[in-house]
Amino acid sequence: MVNAHPSIRTLAAYLTVVAVLILVWKAAALFLGNALLPHPEEAVAAFGHALGTAAFWEHFQASSFRVVTAMGVAFGLGFPMGVLMGGSRRADGLLAPFVFLTYPIPKIVLLPVFLLLLGLGDVAKIAMIGLILWYQILVTTRDGVKLVNPKYLDSVRLLGGSRMHIVLNVLLPAGLPHGFTALRLGTGTSVAVLFFVESFATSSGLGYLIMDAWGRMNYPDMFTGIFGMSLLGAALYELANILEQRVCRWKFTQRGSRAD
Amino acid sequence: MTERNAPETHPDISAAPPLLEARNLVLAHDPAHPVLQDVSLGLHPGQTLAVVGPSGCGKSTLLYALSGLIRPLRGEVLLSGEPVQRPTQNISIILQDYGLLPWRTVLQNVTLGLKIQGVPRKERWQRALQQLADVGIQGREHDFPGALSGGEQQRVAIARAFVSRPSVLLMDEPFSSLDALTREKLQRILLETWQRNRTPYLLVTHSLEEAVFLGRRILVLAGTPARAATWFDNPGFGSPSHRDSDEYFRLLRGLRRSVESLW
Repeated sequence: MVNAHPSIRTLAAYLTVVAVLILVWKAAALFLGNALLPHPEEAVAAFGHALGTAAFWEHFQASSFRVVTAMGVAFGLGFPMGVLMGGSRRADGLLAPFVFLTYPIPKIVLLPVFLLLLGLGDVAKIAMIGLILWYQILVTTRDGVKLVNPKYLDSVRLLGGSRMHIVLNVLLPAGLPHGFTALRLGTGTSVAVLFFVESFATSSGLGYLIMDAWGRMNYPDMFTGIFGMSLLGAALYELANILEQRVCRWKFTQRGSRAD
Repeated sequence: MTERNAPETHPDISAAPPLLEARNLVLAHDPAHPVLQDVSLGLHPGQTLAVVGPSGCGKSTLLYALSGLIRPLRGEVLLSGEPVQRPTQNISIILQDYGLLPWRTVLQNVTLGLKIQGVPRKERWQRALQQLADVGIQGREHDFPGALSGGEQQRVAIARAFVSRPSVLLMDEPFSSLDALTREKLQRILLETWQRNRTPYLLVTHSLEEAVFLGRRILVLAGTPARAATWFDNPGFGSPSHRDSDEYFRLLRGLRRSVESLW
């Protein structure tokens, strides 16, 4: 296992964690009784069955669409703005007060406002998740770009580079690892917000599946939704991870090793 | 060995006008406290100049001013008689810790200046690969700088500085963070490159040995603010066996005595 391919090691780690969780769960189910907590094998069987149904995948797809779109929009708007604020003292002076005075507001409480203004469809849900993640990406990228070593700026200036050369060759690449870290760490928050926005005004998505099954006291179905959301969260985290490793390849080269 | 005393402006070795010239430079981060006072120097075609000074005497600031990145408080910098007001491709500079961009590969780092100049891609690549081969870097052009050793990074920095075919090369303590053997090897590579293309260079260093090995003339900075204290002439410079010659040690002793009395 020591020499195994990294993805195999990741898979092994996931399986170990799942096995431990199932053991704890089994003990709890035995202690609490089946009426409150289904046995893990029942929940897993229900989940396995659901994986073969179109209904589950429709919910999964609806949820994935909302959260991936929100993450894409948040990165697309938050990252360039973070680079701008981190790289330009003037832009930062102008925009930072707006960002930091509104930063402590718990954006999730604006959900009713979003539903009123943007309607009950996907737009309001995507906007809610996107707004929360946008702040995290913006602030992390801004702080990261502010810390860029001035010698890199000098280095490009000394080659005769213009402001645009500095943006493209220093500020953007220097910000990328920070933007991707925020995106990766934000996957957990995004799925949490996704669950919340899907418990209102919708009949699709894993959040709906969970809350609907809970209302019907169908606990195996409820756990199918919970498993689905965990799966979605893990997949998003790994996706962000892979993207980061692709885009920020230099971060993953070791001194003395060959990147071939 | 000849020793001359400042403030004589530029001890002319050749009759030709200097390629890069600093006239009465006063440099300051804070105008009330200049770091460099009235420094004049000239770098002639095909010549090399080593500037030695104690740590913190404003050696790096001098290089930044010569390259046009910072403006002098007073005085001026001229390249071929024209004032230098902003960085230009005609003056290349090797920074103290190389200044290679970690997110660009070796090849992308070496070609960046050419890209900024608008040199076509194919020509950029050819020139960069040739220059890398000249400094002994082969087969690593697609690695990132983080995967290279300090000595290899320094070679890449040398290649990057020469690839734009500058008329003058400036170097800020280029070998100070390398181990002794790597340092000697890279000093030889620099000397060989100079012998090939005769690009005049100005090297800032705190190592007296390095100054005597690499500088045709040596300028000693001293005082607060730093001034041009003494000039040394080093006619034996350029020979590969210079480091073993009596003349080398004689000049080194003279330089050391001078520095001991000044610093």
